[in-house]
Amino acid sequence: MAFLNRNPQLNQHGELQHLLTIEGLGAGMLRHILDTAESFVSVSEREVKKVPLLRGKSIFNLFFEPSTRTRTTFEIAAKRLSADVINLNINASSQSKGETVLDTVDNLAAMQADMFIVRHAESGAAHFIARHVAPHIHVVNAGDGRHAHPTQGLLDMYTIRHYKKEFHNLRVAIVGDVLHSRVARSQIHALTTLGVPEVRVIAPKTLLPAEVERMGVQVYYDMPQGLKDVDVVIMLRLQNERMRGALLPSAQEYFKSYGLTQDKLALAKSDAIVMHPGPMNRGVEIDSDVADGTQSVILPQVTFGIAVRMAVMSILAGSKQ
Amino acid sequence: MQLPEAEKLVQAMAQQIEPCLGENSVMVGMHTGGVWLAEKIHALLERDIPMGTLDVSFYRDDFSQSGLHAEVAPSDIPFDVTGRDIILVDDVLYTGRSVRAAMNELFDYGRPSSIILAVLVDRGGRELPISSQVTGAVLALAPDQNIQLNRDPQGQLSLSLRLTTA
Repeated sequence: MAFLNRNPQLNQHGELQHLLTIEGLGAGMLRHILDTAESFVSVSEREVKKVPLLRGKSIFNLFFEPSTRTRTTFEIAAKRLSADVINLNINASSQSKGETVLDTVDNLAAMQADMFIVRHAESGAAHFIARHVAPHIHVVNAGDGRHAHPTQGLLDMYTIRHYKKEFHNLRVAIVGDVLHSRVARSQIHALTTLGVPEVRVIAPKTLLPAEVERMGVQVYYDMPQGLKDVDVVIMLRLQNERMRGALLPSAQEYFKSYGLTQDKLALAKSDAIVMHPGPMNRGVEIDSDVADGTQSVILPQVTFGIAVRMAVMSILAGSKQ
Repeated sequence: MQLPEAEKLVQAMAQQIEPCLGENSVMVGMHTGGVWLAEKIHALLERDIPMGTLDVSFYRDDFSQSGLHAEVAPSDIPFDVTGRDIILVDDVLYTGRSVRAAMNELFDYGRPSSIILAVLVDRGGRELPISSQVTGAVLALAPDQNIQLNRDPQGQLSLSLRLTTA
């Protein structure tokens, strides 16, 4: 029953056919994506910001959950590869009429889709679609529930490598709502796979998944302790709705304990970089002085995100059927 | 088959290129062999002209058959292409498809004033109306023969011939 154990993201040649999660991908594959992305960075700096690689391909942005930044960067990435992009905000149309996800996908496949970029509030939605589609169609997970957001994880790795060159000598801290964060899960898998020796998570107990240590991270409840001598600080967005769920007392209280200020950042290494997947809650998880400060690489993350998504889409589209 | 010495061909190429150089000349090497050649030629020229490198992976016409190449290097064109006289350097001219891809890519950087093609070996077998203006050697090779440029750790270039396994 070998096929049951096979990574559903890879074809029989070991090539990436879908990108659903970073979990299970080897360091070689991750480095290949980052290296390819490096070549795409310069494309975005030219007079004609386009290469003809995916000319004639149709890429559907299938967003069952609202998103502006991720959808836009996928759209720009696809357009810079010369693909045709169709944006669908599903909650606004067919879902409200009662169509199932697979019916929606079948209909779009009948329109000769080549790739689906899927964002869904349910964990596993992208896997579900990937198992269903014909072999020539590729699926990219653009965030499913609490599970994974692999392109965000990859662009964070690209950013870290850009500023820190290597992974094997780094101390990285991820701060905030790890419990609800698909971004944090993807980051942890990527960091440990790429050989970062020390990954820390810093959060109140109520915002950490049970047995998070088993993912290979060290847990800190105290932010100053956790930030000591780190090279990279990754802040997570605190979703406002968590406040209502009685997980946290108040935004002010949270900022006092787990918000990143210049004073707290001073405990990290002097050349530490500050990252955030966006959108930011200024004054809740991060102080404006830090977000706009010299150590912040939050906007370069967005720029690199386009190149990383170009790399993922072209690697998938180039895999054998 | 006796292969010519790559280092001697490079010198001959530099001599052919020298009189073509003008105010707006730049040299662009195509990954990987063309970059090695361009560096060598550049060192032999009397005039110091800007250098760039090109990896045509994103412009190849066989993407739908063979996908993306395993190792893509970033293209690096550190000058404005518009109005330049470009010397495009590659190791082996065969079907002409890589050169077509390279020209397409160059035009996405700007509008060059002219492009000339300099190759180490023209091995025949063209599938497109493309020819080189500077040529190190012309060799008649069979389709199953594969000529390759190598660089040893000391930086010396040499040619080798292999049979392609189908």
